[in-house]
Amino acid sequence: MTGQGRLAAWGIGLAALVALPFVYRDPYHLHILVLILIWSFAYTSWSMMGRFGLVSLGHGGFMGIGAYVTALLWNHLGLSPWIGIPISMAAAGALAMIVGYPCFRFRITGHYFVLVTLALSGIVLQVITATRDYTGGSLGYTPNRASGNKLLALQFDGKTTWYLIALAVWLFGIVVWHWVDRSMARYALEAISEDEDAAAAAGVDVTAEKLKITLLSALMTALAGAIYCQYQMFITPDTVSGIAVSLQMVFAAIVGGLFVSLGPTVGAIITILLAETLRIGFGTKAVGWDNLVYGVLLVIFIIFLPKGILGSLLDRLKPQRKVPRAHEQEAVQIARPGT
Amino acid sequence: MQTFLDIFDIYLLEAVINGILLGGVLALLALGLNLIFGVIDVTWICYAELVMLGMYAMYFMVQYYGVSYFVAAPFTILLVAVLGAALHYLVIAPLLTAPPINQLLATGGVLFVLQSFATVAFGIDFRNLGIRLPVLAFGDMNFSYARLLSFVAALVGMVAVYLFMTRTFTGTAIRAISQDRQIMALMGVDTKRIYLITSALGGALAGLAACLLVLQYDVHPFVGLSFGPITFLICVLGGLGNFIGGFIAAFLFAEIISLGGLFSDLEWGYVLAFAFFIVMMFIRPAGLLARRR
Repeated sequence: MTGQGRLAAWGIGLAALVALPFVYRDPYHLHILVLILIWSFAYTSWSMMGRFGLVSLGHGGFMGIGAYVTALLWNHLGLSPWIGIPISMAAAGALAMIVGYPCFRFRITGHYFVLVTLALSGIVLQVITATRDYTGGSLGYTPNRASGNKLLALQFDGKTTWYLIALAVWLFGIVVWHWVDRSMARYALEAISEDEDAAAAAGVDVTAEKLKITLLSALMTALAGAIYCQYQMFITPDTVSGIAVSLQMVFAAIVGGLFVSLGPTVGAIITILLAETLRIGFGTKAVGWDNLVYGVLLVIFIIFLPKGILGSLLDRLKPQRKVPRAHEQEAVQIARPGT
Repeated sequence: MQTFLDIFDIYLLEAVINGILLGGVLALLALGLNLIFGVIDVTWICYAELVMLGMYAMYFMVQYYGVSYFVAAPFTILLVAVLGAALHYLVIAPLLTAPPINQLLATGGVLFVLQSFATVAFGIDFRNLGIRLPVLAFGDMNFSYARLLSFVAALVGMVAVYLFMTRTFTGTAIRAISQDRQIMALMGVDTKRIYLITSALGGALAGLAACLLVLQYDVHPFVGLSFGPITFLICVLGGLGNFIGGFIAAFLFAEIISLGGLFSDLEWGYVLAFAFFIVMMFIRPAGLLARRR
């Protein structure tokens, strides 16, 4: 596909997405779409660093901070989410820096990085639970209903409004993804993910590059958390923070495809539709079934299709595509042992 | 001086000793995880979920079938050992040549599977054995027998593993493989078999921990999340694959949780432990006992 054709396809697709709520108004289906868009944005944020081998299990923590800080500022200080969301993002960014800088400075990579970030989401979850006088603990938390200006409180009743907001946020995520994809930082980060020492020798500032992408990813994840909170108007520590949420992000991004821009979105569509279908099909009996299917799928995907559904599909459509980058090749080997 | 004495009271001593007792079980868990990491170079994110299944096995055997606790325990250990071997055979073995991150994430998938399997099969109720062991009063301090028993059993388990690793041929082979993966295959050691044995051994340790934890805690599908993360942190703090480091780190963590819980809520004990872990990662990135490069 040529560059112009691709742009046209994006344009038509977007126009269709924007027009959708004005043509089709089923509130339940719109609700599902909003959820898909918000989670897609969160998964895209995760994959921004995940695709460079920086597997973080701390993103549940960032998301929780985004959601809880925004809600707490609104309820206790009456601060509008328009100010609260930037503050919550800054808080998540600061935390990412505090944890990220020493991690990258001291070359904590691989297993160690995963487990340090795991501790991070553990801390956030426990702090939210422990400060139950303010946050409601594990029972959850509800932002106060706005009495005055709805716009100022970022609370809307209409699903259409939320759909458009979520669409804009999601599009923003995709745009940022492409922006990173075309920047010099991508080449630097790919070099780092292949060999840190060689990258450093070639003049890449390893610590700075990693910090930049981590900061970006954390800020966007916090935004996703805040938007989720404003939309659902009810958050619990388990739905927006903690290790389960982090693993959910990893899972969706991998199933969809880590190395393509729409991969996490495809992952979100699959996981959320799966969960909803199971929920409707089995009712309360379905408790646990969705995660059971998730888990089995995750294992199968990692073993047989490590590039995800969309990634593998695109590869199949374009067999003459450029030689896969080394860190992807490594992953491909699992699918075809002996190559 | 007076204020110091006020703080250093009998409760503090009680918390310290309870911390040591808690440390025993944590050390046992860390040992199993370290063993697997050291030999196979894989982190089982789902390790605590194996423990959870073991706890359910204990619960059903003791509560439903009326098997006595001490008869049920060996069966549970055997069952979880088989589970560990199966986990290796089905999930880890196909991924042995994959990037380590993929292996870690695959076991993350297994975590989901085991958790939701327990939810589907057993429901989300909290269950307990209904065995109430007496409380040992010593001076003004109270210790539960359950904790003491766990501590002793954990120590016995660890000594048994130590003897196995140093006194038997298989144990020696396991240690050798953890030092050099490639060479041992050339020396005529069947690495696949050793990996399976190690996984089963790791599983058996999880089973033993399950038998001990079920005495103190209720079982529910998410019980793994309450001590799983702590176990990973202990292993990393001690240096992944470093048995002695893991042992020391387990007691450090247990003390922090226990003392933090004394001065405030239990959650703050955990928060303190997590924060301590992150700080330590910066001071000693490769583990407590690692030599500076």
